Amino acid sequence: MDARTSDAARSVLEAPDIARVLTRIAHEIVERAKGADDVVLLGIPTRGVFLARRLAARLEEITGKPGRIPVGSLDITMYRDDLRLRPARALARTEIPDDGIDGRLVVLVDDVLFSGRTIRAALDALGDIGRPRAVQLAVLVDRGHRELPIRADYVGKNLPTSLRETVKVQLTEEDGRDSVLLGLRGTTPADGK
Amino acid sequence: MKRHLISAADLSRDDAVLILDTAEELARLADRPIKKLPTLRGRTVVNLFFEDSTRTRISFEAAAKRLSADVINFSAKGSSVSKGESLKDTALTLEAMGADAVVIRHHASGAPHRLATSGWINGAVVNAGDGTHEHPTQALLDAFTMRRRLASGASGAGQDLAGRRITIVGDVLHSRVARSNVHLLSTLGAEVTLVAPPTLVPFGVESWPCEVSYDLDAVVGKTDAVMMLRVQRERMNAAFFPTEREYARRYGLDGDRMARMPEHAIVMHPGPMNRGMEITAEVADSDRCTAVEQVANGVSIRMAVLYLLLGGNESAVAAARTEESK
Repeated sequence: MDARTSDAARSVLEAPDIARVLTRIAHEIVERAKGADDVVLLGIPTRGVFLARRLAARLEEITGKPGRIPVGSLDITMYRDDLRLRPARALARTEIPDDGIDGRLVVLVDDVLFSGRTIRAALDALGDIGRPRAVQLAVLVDRGHRELPIRADYVGKNLPTSLRETVKVQLTEEDGRDSVLLGLRGTTPADGK
Repeated sequence: MKRHLISAADLSRDDAVLILDTAEELARLADRPIKKLPTLRGRTVVNLFFEDSTRTRISFEAAAKRLSADVINFSAKGSSVSKGESLKDTALTLEAMGADAVVIRHHASGAPHRLATSGWINGAVVNAGDGTHEHPTQALLDAFTMRRRLASGASGAGQDLAGRRITIVGDVLHSRVARSNVHLLSTLGAEVTLVAPPTLVPFGVESWPCEVSYDLDAVVGKTDAVMMLRVQRERMNAAFFPTEREYARRYGLDGDRMARMPEHAIVMHPGPMNRGMEITAEVADSDRCTAVEQVANGVSIRMAVLYLLLGGNESAVAAARTEESK
């Protein structure tokens, strides 16, 4: 699905940078939520889920409540606005923590924020699952070029890009290493990542 | 290019596993307060039923509605078909009304194939049972039920049924469910054995990817799932077996036979059941009988099929194949 990055892909974040950035975001979440008592982290598949789990581990360290931060995943495929532009895709897992999201502070977690359409779809999906107290957004990379009035509450790195560039996030759980790669797209700018 | 679901034999292993995996995710929707997805908003699904059916029609209707499609139910009784309208004219009418998918059940084998290949309609055609030919969504939901019950791990996502031994018992001759199941289950790697009186084994069964036995007791001890077929009295226009009691004794499943099945083995029935004929009440009401579960799984499977055929700009099942060939 991801556009293939060319050989010239340049690493903009490495494993230690990603680790530091996630720790900072975790602290920011605790600061803004005044603790993390009612926080629910929902990752958007595929890589958002791994980031959400890492954030949860850090939140538990910071607040000293091991195993108390609910983490889940939210597949937005069925809510996409570009479904009819491509063949139907395989679905990913949606896993809502047992206590649900009603009245909680839901933090959506994704790897790259680009057009904002994924997050729009995620907000629609959330509406069918429950009514959170508030919804916030955490992303590892914000690469700009929004097509909808959406912004992130917690940003790992702002990365000004041109539409001809690709941003590819690699995570150990999925790709065997942690890094963020900036490359050049061969053809049309179609994909968000 | 639209694709249709006419025969279970058209599905590759990867297609079939994709449908099962999609159904697995969609099945989780049942736990949610809002059991509806916006995916097929604005699409029209026509249920075109020339033959009586409760569970299949309701199942397709529920599946389409949970995906937010508009559903038009069309049954031959009380329509222009009873005035002598042909399949072609009915199809042209549906096309004029803008049907994106036609779910068809017909008493004539091959009617869905005719509808799909004639050029009368542009939409996707889904076979919901044609004559004694095929019933692919039933086979898919049976495979889904087996995978959920028998698979190692949570729900068997991504897995097929390799090495599983499935026994299909009863009126194979008239059964479109059996035909579709033999094709699909062998595609998924299962070993299928048909058990039936010689008079109810179809002509040409040698070419099917399965074994044939006339002795249920010999097979029942080493099987992972036993699928009991309904004795279709409405299609029994010749003396296929001497008496119903003899049939029930030799080919019916009672408590004793079930006790000889392996511990993990399940009993399946596509419904409607003839209690006392092919299955005793004791077996039908036991924990090992999945008949009710099969109905629930049917909605998930039909949602998956409708989503994969209609959800994108082209069928996902076809697209998966073109990617492979690259």
